[in-house]
Amino acid sequence: MTVIPLGVPRRLLEFTIDGDEARVPEGSTILDACRAAGKDIPTLCQGDTLTPKNACRVCVVEVEGARTLVPACSRKAEPGMEVRTDTERARHSRKVVLELLASSVDLSTTPRVAEWLKEYEAKPDRFGPDAARLNEQPKIDNDLYVRDYDKCILCYKCVDACGDQWQNTFAISVTGRGFDARIAVEHDAPLTDSACVYCGNCIEVCPTGALSFKSEFDMRAAGTWDESAQTETTTVCAYCGVGCNLTLHVQDNEIVKVTSPHDNPVTHGNLCIKGRFGYQHVQNRD
Amino acid sequence: MDLHFGDSKPTDKEKAAVDALLGPPESSWEGADRSDADLRWARGGRAARERRDLLLPGLHAINDRVGWISEGALDYLCRRLTVPPAEAYGVATFYAMFSVKPRPATVLQVCTDLACAAAGAAELCAGVEARLGLGSGVRVERSPCLGLCERAPAALVVRAGGSAPDGDVDTASPTRPVRQGPRPFDPPRGSAPDPVSGADPRPPAPQTPGGLTFPGPGLDDRPGQAPPARPAFADEAVQADEGGLGAQPPGLGDGKGRRGRIPSRVTAVVAPATVDTTVVTATLPEMAAAEPPAAMAVPQAGAPSLILLRRVGVVDPASLDDYRAHGGYTALRHAFALGPAGVIREVTDSGLVGRGGAAFPTGRKWQATASQPDHPHYLVCNADESEPGTFKDRVVMEGDPYALVEAMTIAAYATGAHQGYLYLRGEYPRALRRMEHAISQARARGLLGDDILGQGYAFDIEIRRGAGAYICGEETALFNSIEGYRGEPRSKPPFPVEKGLFGKPTVENNVETLVNVLPILTLGAPAYATIGTGRSTGPKLFCVSGSVDRPGIYELPFGATLGELLELAGVRGRLRAVLLGGAAGGFVRPDELDIPLTFEGTREAGTTLGSGVVMAFDDTVPLPRLLLRIAEFFRDESCGQCVPCRVGTVRQEEALHRIVERTGAAAAEDITLLREVGRAMRDASICGLGQTAWNAVESAIDRLGAYE
Repeated sequence: MTVIPLGVPRRLLEFTIDGDEARVPEGSTILDACRAAGKDIPTLCQGDTLTPKNACRVCVVEVEGARTLVPACSRKAEPGMEVRTDTERARHSRKVVLELLASSVDLSTTPRVAEWLKEYEAKPDRFGPDAARLNEQPKIDNDLYVRDYDKCILCYKCVDACGDQWQNTFAISVTGRGFDARIAVEHDAPLTDSACVYCGNCIEVCPTGALSFKSEFDMRAAGTWDESAQTETTTVCAYCGVGCNLTLHVQDNEIVKVTSPHDNPVTHGNLCIKGRFGYQHVQNRD
Repeated sequence: MDLHFGDSKPTDKEKAAVDALLGPPESSWEGADRSDADLRWARGGRAARERRDLLLPGLHAINDRVGWISEGALDYLCRRLTVPPAEAYGVATFYAMFSVKPRPATVLQVCTDLACAAAGAAELCAGVEARLGLGSGVRVERSPCLGLCERAPAALVVRAGGSAPDGDVDTASPTRPVRQGPRPFDPPRGSAPDPVSGADPRPPAPQTPGGLTFPGPGLDDRPGQAPPARPAFADEAVQADEGGLGAQPPGLGDGKGRRGRIPSRVTAVVAPATVDTTVVTATLPEMAAAEPPAAMAVPQAGAPSLILLRRVGVVDPASLDDYRAHGGYTALRHAFALGPAGVIREVTDSGLVGRGGAAFPTGRKWQATASQPDHPHYLVCNADESEPGTFKDRVVMEGDPYALVEAMTIAAYATGAHQGYLYLRGEYPRALRRMEHAISQARARGLLGDDILGQGYAFDIEIRRGAGAYICGEETALFNSIEGYRGEPRSKPPFPVEKGLFGKPTVENNVETLVNVLPILTLGAPAYATIGTGRSTGPKLFCVSGSVDRPGIYELPFGATLGELLELAGVRGRLRAVLLGGAAGGFVRPDELDIPLTFEGTREAGTTLGSGVVMAFDDTVPLPRLLLRIAEFFRDESCGQCVPCRVGTVRQEEALHRIVERTGAAAAEDITLLREVGRAMRDASICGLGQTAWNAVESAIDRLGAYE
């Protein structure tokens, strides 16, 4: 059973989305309201367990009276607001943003992005064959996880999860500036020389697969990764008494990665190194 | 927070640089040797983390002393301030003036931006690089606008470690000095230069624009000690200590562990620069010629019609008494007589709007901040003008520094702030020195501090030096920069009047806006409001540069036309285009010179007044190259936080590269691309940088027919 905290009762406020009346609790974002109304707004940097950084700008919508488009994921709904989610202007920005992203990074492991590229008729190729790309080599410097920054869209979710929003380890940060900005640990060192504690919570929140289990990375490289053949089993971690929930992803009777349910009121999807990576004893047949 | 600091150790010099700023460490928790007491005492929590805003001054301290920021130095600074090294590394790599890789102690920045490019910056760069090859000990860097457009082309020399004669040259490997091989200019003398006595074969002192030669001061000159034979108001050529040392926040002012006045760096400005003067200055910045007085940048200096610039060139910028003799501090007395609400009423009635480009009513901003129940309130003066073509704030600070101190005091009094921050562009050494001096003098005379003019009102100003990032002129990015984070803009709302610096209500104004408050209070709001036009009141400063005979800062009442302004400055050659409002502004045609220079007039003409930049280009300037330079500037200065700006600026620059030699149908496809990307950047970027990055190029295509 999943216990969902109900929170304190909040007043409802009224505004319109695409002309239809919407009523949401005070403090909701436009995105919350849109999702409640059944609108499908693409998001990349938004995460259910984090305060959104609104850096990717694919969720922009038009708000009456605002000079620019506003990010639905972080703008709070206000009474009387008139929101339009599907105007030509909003669609244009989403299309161009998807093109800009897809032309500079590898989005092949980003869920749903192929569908959105099609929906918005984005053509990432039109910037020409010489368009600058990240062209990063995967950083494999430990046995637990791989940092493939060629897939990184700089959503800041790993930074926030490692920093003051969850883990309080502060091992990673954005470095450099502009197109040269990258996620890195201090002094751009290997992970093993950094403050990283290998909780893997950054992998949990990464929306593009730029951070992945070494097991998943190796299987993808070998062509044996097959999500359709995987089963997921949620259980309780056996290492200590906290009782964190683990979701074991199993393919061919082997655990290939471990995640954690985000709606768990204790862990909110976070684990420690043992829960996240310490599963070999389960499948050690010797 | 369980921080991990690694094993790298700082060198003695790096440690000294940090300790000079922060005082010696008190326990092994912050880097001292371990004592018995440390085993029974833990330090941490909020108090330890509260000094994070000293991260940027700390990085400056290391960079000034050593020239770059090593792992050991960064880790030591992090330990002292309880900052995670990864975050500090992210901050250090954000700013252009810092390097986390070894580099020579001397860095020469050659401006390659619009005015300087039009004045031959490319040839200057090539010439200087040919003369200052490897082994010269000078690193040549191409720089965005240095804010010296009236004296283009311009260069700035920064030598770390001051002029300490102990072979103080840091290199990649400490055992091998970088300065090897013949120098382009190598005066025959021993290793310890002594320019005062032993500089017989001295290089000829470069000529100033006025044709005068000023002898450079000796090494032992210190600020406050007048160089010999100093012409009135001319500067010392070189300043020794202008690092974070002089600008201590009151809370740190115990002087503990601070080491006298060891020069932490030497800077010299070369403008207008030739290959010869630049090479000489880069190799011997201590001996650089004096900069011309600030009034040289004000062609109207001394004219009776001036209001904002009336003291520039007239008053001695180093003398508080002279400032008072010229009407200084009468506005503050008026303010105290009116009370805070009265001041806000005057400012509101005057119709003053922000001069930084957004034109927001200043009175409304002050009122909104003053009425916030949350405390403390902060005042921030944005002196980070880095817009290509803008140099007015520099000239005001250099020529009339006390005016800014007084204006900030009034703004703070009106909005209930007791602490003000002056965020000053890192590339303005003379403005920094003058403001430091003015603030310390004002403090010594009771015009800053606990009891200003005996009125029981407390206010003090702390200077924060920027480190080379255009984006830090965006108000929320500036807050992040002061607080010790990467200078990335925050999303709004909440607005700064509600949650600004340190999350508290903050009023932020730029230098020109604040300085306007003085005439509002001395003339009275009704008299001030009669200046200019109905909706754009008051005098306005314009930065005129490019193909004109008399480039500089001009003060005109709002409503003068573009043509009238250009006539004052004297257009040279056949005018091809005028850039209004800087790189984020727009181009207008030579047949549009009757545009009135007001906010509403420029808006009606489909362009913008922006920050008051007027850059004239004659028909010898290759327009596509200019547009490419603008695109390059924005690509360089994008913070990288949001996708439309981070990738969009790159795609725009690529497209402009492709069509630099093309017109008509051959360019049409790329122009469509530019438009589509530009539209998304304008609509979807987080801050003004991305939203305006495409303005100038778009206007060049639409109004000038740049690729037809």
